[in-house]
This record gives sequence, C-alpha cells and structure tokens, in this order.
Amino acid sequence: MATYHLTTPLTSEDTRQLNAGDVVYLSGVLYTARDAAHKRLVDLIDKGEELPFDLEGSVIYFVGPTPPKPGDPIGSAGPTTSYRMDSYSPTMLAHGSKGMIGKGKRNQAVIDACKEYDGIYFGATGGAGALLGKRIKSAEVIAYPELGPEAVRRIEVEDFPVTVINDTHGRDLYQMGREQYEVK
Amino acid sequence: MREIEFDTVVKTVRDLIIHCSTDLPEDMYNALKTSVEVEKSPVAKAVLEQILDNANIAKTEERPLCQDTGLAVFFVRVGEEVKIKGGLLRDAINMGTEQGYKDGYLRASTCHPFSRANLKDTIGYNLPAIIHFDLVAGDKIEIEYAAKGGGSENVSRARVFPPAAGKEGIIEYVREVVSDAGGNPCPPIVVGVGIGGTFEKAVISSKHALFRDIGTENPDEELNEMEQTMLEQINNLGIGAMGMGGTKTAMAVHIESNPCHIASLPVSVNIQCHSSRHAHITL
Ligand code: SF4
Repeated sequence: MATYHLTTPLTSEDTRQLNAGDVVYLSGVLYTARDAAHKRLVDLIDKGEELPFDLEGSVIYFVGPTPPKPGDPIGSAGPTTSYRMDSYSPTMLAHGSKGMIGKGKRNQAVIDACKEYDGIYFGATGGAGALLGKRIKSAEVIAYPELGPEAVRRIEVEDFPVTVINDTHGRDLYQMGREQYEVK
Repeated sequence: MREIEFDTVVKTVRDLIIHCSTDLPEDMYNALKTSVEVEKSPVAKAVLEQILDNANIAKTEERPLCQDTGLAVFFVRVGEEVKIKGGLLRDAINMGTEQGYKDGYLRASTCHPFSRANLKDTIGYNLPAIIHFDLVAGDKIEIEYAAKGGGSENVSRARVFPPAAGKEGIIEYVREVVSDAGGNPCPPIVVGVGIGGTFEKAVISSKHALFRDIGTENPDEELNEMEQTMLEQINNLGIGAMGMGGTKTAMAVHIESNPCHIASLPVSVNIQCHSSRHAHITL
C-alpha cells in the first residue's frame, strides 16, 4: 500500500507504476460524467465527432453532486456506483482516457481494457461527499446542462483521495482484499 | 380531539430533513469509531477514518454527508385522537419534504421509472415522499424519517421461502444477499431483516428494522441470537469498508419478525449504508 501524488492528465508512465491497493492523491482537472453523459460521449466517438473535452490522459469522475450552496463551486460530491458505466468505459479508455473514479465492482471487459490501454479504475469513498466536495476547487458545466446533476463538468481538484482498485496489470482490489480477509 | 397545525408538521419535517442530511446519528458515529479500532486491514481502516472525517466536516460546515440525499422515507404513527388543522397529513409531509430538500441544498432524486425524467418540476422537488402510515392509540403523531440512497436499496432483496427453509435457510439467505452486494452498498452496512407476515409485510419490516439504534439488543432472545450469528457470518465474508477487503463489513443486523401464513416464510433483506441518515420526532 504505497502513496502517490499525481497530477492530471495522466500518462502511461504514471499509471503503470500503480498497484491495486495504493492510495493516490490526485490534483488537476477531472471530468464528471454518469451513464446518460457517457452514452452521449460514446455516441460522438462512434460517429467520429469531436468531444466536449480532450480525452487524452483524462480522468473521469462518476458523480452526481448536490446543488452548491451560495459561494461554493459544488455541493457534496462522492462517487456513484460504477457498473452502470461498464458498457462505455472500454471505448473511453481505447480513445485515450487514463482513469475513472467511482465505487463498486467493474466487469471483466473494463478490467481487461485497463490492462490493454494503461488505464486505472480508482475507488473513492462512497458517502464521503462532504469531504470529497471540499477537495474540488472549481467546477464548470461544459456539456449537457439539461442533464442537471448528470451534466459533464470540468472540475479542478487538489489532493483528491482515491484508492487503486483495478491496475494496469489486471489486478482487482475488491477480489484480492476480500480473499485476504475472508474467514472460511 | 387534539389538533395540530398543518404548518407545524411542514416545518417539523423540513427541519428534520435538513438536520439529518448533515448530522450523522450518534449510534452510527460511535459504531464507526469502534469499527476503526477493530479493523485489521490498513486500506479499510483508512476508508473508515475518511468516513469519520466526512461526518465531522458535514456537521461543522453543514454540508450534506453524501451527494445521494436519497428518497425521503417516513414511518408515521398517528394517534386516533389527533387531527391536522388546515390540510391533510400526507400533504404536510410532502410539503415539508420539498422544502427541506430545497432549502437544505439537497439533491432531487425522484424520477419516472421509464423515461427517467426528474420529477422536480412536475410532481415536486424530490417528491413524492414514501410514507407508511399506521393508526395507534393516543393523541400524538410519531414521525420516523430516513433518507434512503440508491446504492444500498439496489442490492436489497426479498423472497418467499417454503416453511422448511427454517432459521438455517434465512441465515444463509442473508449471508448470500450481503455477499453478492460486495462493496456496492457502501459498507460498513446495517442489515435490516424482515421475517414473516405476507410478502409486503416482510419488506416493510426489513426497512423498519433499520431504524433501531445500533448497539441495542433485540428483546426477543431467539432473534437476538440469530442477529449475532448473521453478523459474525457477514463479517467473515471479508468484504470490508467500501468492499476493499477487511474484517468489518456490517455493524449490526436487525430483525423484525411477524406471524405468517402456514404455507409460507417470507424473508426480506434491506441494506443500509454507513451514511445512515435517520431521526424520529413526536408531535
Ligand atoms: S450507498 Fe449510501 S453512502 Fe453510498 S453513495 Fe449511496 S447514499 Fe451515499
């Protein structure tokens, strides 16, 4: 369980050094998207059209925040369950995205895509929305405002705490961790 | 007949919702503290520490504990000798819900089941609330409230067993539901188990079981023993905080049991995440 401080956009060099179970403090820009936004982004990729942001090295945060209080950039902003993005994530990784932040198990296709394209699936602590929201320094809706909390936002984070779940070696912390502590 | 003003109910519900969204109940906070102490996995320990930090930040800075501020669920026991002056009790609860979610800067999460369109501009902000009414003796209204997020509801399950399944079958089923859920319901969790009654009675009982304070014993000796057995088996699964592996997957199992039909044994398992936002108040 090593600790790293990384700044986005991530490179293959950044991601290949990470192992399942490592703690990473991310700084820089993240893009937020949930299922509805992913569907639209992947449609654009399929049609060969331009995306609302540069995918290269990008880290996507699966989140639907609460409305901000006056004066705050964003409200509470913890991760949402990731499996709903499983059918879209391999395409995103194949087109340059290097990381995803969410909670809960991914399917084998996502785990394989992480290995093939040097991607990382990070887990953030579900239910830690107040703490995580405070690490977000600015937020700006850059696409699909009609989706409300599900709109695509460009957010700037500082020392955003995440744990490596699926690394570039095909490992899965959910499986490894559970095997280690299971009492049969 | 005692009378309670419509607006009193609205304001009470509104305030309850705003308070719960930022202030983790003491029983849960203490259970999390104990969990940090006993957890063997360093990764899970770090997660639990973050959850406690989050609770402190949420409370002191009045920020929602979790961005999934849930559907508003109420159990309301209405005395037969009390009535609402100036409107219907159901309307007052819904109005209080809308005001609480709006004024507390909470997320509106109700939508149409097929179109998935958010209902905030049609039916109301995070409306309708889910309300379970019961009639009781007396002239008071007792309101239990919980904000129920999607993550832990999505992994909850119910099933009607043949009577022969017995206690063993129930214990095995609960273990299986929690095992399949893994990290998705944001462990450490509380597990509500409803046994007996009809199908829907078991489900409602499993939800209501979640309102019991952690650390209190089931007054029924047999159920108390079952709770302990289930809790041990669940913690042996190794799921740990946020599913990252560890020795603390659940903090409590709470059972509510009802008489049932001679031909059936309904069992429901309702899971509650660590962000257990609930409170109760008597008017
Ligand atoms: S399961 Fe609970 S803690 Fe986790 S995201 Fe949902 S409401 Fe929040």
